[in-house]
Amino acid sequence: MWEALQFDFMRNALLAGVLVSISCGIIGSLVVVNRIVFISGGIAHAAFGGIGLAFFLGFSPSLGAALFAVGVSIIMGAVSFKSKHRADTIIGVLWAIGMALGIILIDLTPGYHVDLMSYLFGSILTVPGSDIWIIIVLNIGILLTVLIFYKEFIAMSYDEEFAFIVGIPVKPLYFVLLGMTALAVVMTIQVVGLILIIALLTIPPYIAEKYTKSLGGMMTLSSILGIFFTLGGLWLSYSYDLTSGATIILVAGVGFFIFQAVGLLKGRGGITR
Amino acid sequence: MTVPAIDMNGVWFSYDRTPILEDVTLTLKQGDFLGIIGPNGGGKTTLLKLLLGVLKPDRGTIKILGEAPHDANHRVGYVPQNTDLNITFPISVMEVALMGRLSRSRIGKRYSRNDRTKVEESLKKTGIWNHRHSPIGRLSGGQRQRVFIARALATDPEILLLDEPTASVDPEFEMDLFDFLRELNKKVTIVAITHDVGVISRNVKSVACVNKSLIYHEEGQITAEMIDMAYQCPVDLIAHGIPHRVLPTHREK
Repeated sequence: MWEALQFDFMRNALLAGVLVSISCGIIGSLVVVNRIVFISGGIAHAAFGGIGLAFFLGFSPSLGAALFAVGVSIIMGAVSFKSKHRADTIIGVLWAIGMALGIILIDLTPGYHVDLMSYLFGSILTVPGSDIWIIIVLNIGILLTVLIFYKEFIAMSYDEEFAFIVGIPVKPLYFVLLGMTALAVVMTIQVVGLILIIALLTIPPYIAEKYTKSLGGMMTLSSILGIFFTLGGLWLSYSYDLTSGATIILVAGVGFFIFQAVGLLKGRGGITR
Repeated sequence: MTVPAIDMNGVWFSYDRTPILEDVTLTLKQGDFLGIIGPNGGGKTTLLKLLLGVLKPDRGTIKILGEAPHDANHRVGYVPQNTDLNITFPISVMEVALMGRLSRSRIGKRYSRNDRTKVEESLKKTGIWNHRHSPIGRLSGGQRQRVFIARALATDPEILLLDEPTASVDPEFEMDLFDFLRELNKKVTIVAITHDVGVISRNVKSVACVNKSLIYHEEGQITAEMIDMAYQCPVDLIAHGIPHRVLPTHREK
């Protein structure tokens, strides 16, 4: 592992892994407590439409993914307010359409065979230095937004109705959360790929929730767990020549089951809790 | 004359064309203690949500202390019926109570020392200060109720709205709570939904029965009319064997 650090790509991979884990810990905690896991899955998959469009029109796939992710998150947010009872259906539809659109657009792109796997399952070893800077800026943006509106986010997440009653603009805040989720998703596509994002957004917060007493604590512990899973997975994938994204997720999955078992033994409750 | 605490005029409300409230008119003076009774699904909670501005009436007007409901939000405290929402949420008693100090004008700012003092006062008033560091999910239903009441009091409300504050608590706490509310009523207008007519007879100043329409009685008596409208009421009457007279005398022959 240590000799691997001589390589630029490995240093970039480690840095990207750490930074993305922090964002996923913060945003994932909010995603879990606000029960918008399905929406964030939808955003991640629909973002593929943007990647396809970017190849078709010849601009940066990350930008394409970001545009689509943010756009879709706004639509999904509006839908979940407007038609609560069928929101999950509509999110599922957008999820699938986004992916299909991406693949068709790549088909239509002349003479260009994109490595689809790297978007679906991540390619942390190919993160360029320029992307690291974008990830740093997005990370700072997310961190500041959550810090500034921390007590409002707690109120919205814990008791949305009461938050509205005391005058918190719950709707705009919800859209801010979805927008941040979209940006976190775009960053994470590089690391574990859009299919596996949902695991990195949910597993660390789910474990952390049981061992912390505040939302801030949950975010911090989630980020730390995420870093362990990501770096552990990266090391395993390097040592045994495995697909990095999938290895990271499996390490997180093993962590999930270990903590679940520990929780059951200690009587802290299992999945139903 | 002072502005009425609550002034509802010809209010209609429906969910997806199912009428919930029809032509509700109610004027409540400041300092009153209104008990609201009525059958399940009769629109009691809907009425509170209209007063809070969470729901908007289809027709009619609502004024809270002379203001539109959602503009008066900093003058109204609210204790919801369901206190076991998000029970696994990592949040302490103190943090829940601090939510009462949130306001639109101070978004993005930290809680001040004054906020914390106010919350300390209200947690002490409801006798739950010793649990301030506990996760909310570890408390019993009755204890959680105290936290939610403290949260509403931390707002410094002029009107306190409570939705079935005794729904899931032991009878002993129920007595405490209404003693406490009577004391509080010296300064604050109170509106409480309750199933327990016995509680009403002992504590409230006026009573209303809601079942689509609303009947209001200024004297705090439950009239025959109310019982006809919401025949659930006398079930409670009989079951609890209340020491005080709640039925008006003219009903007896």
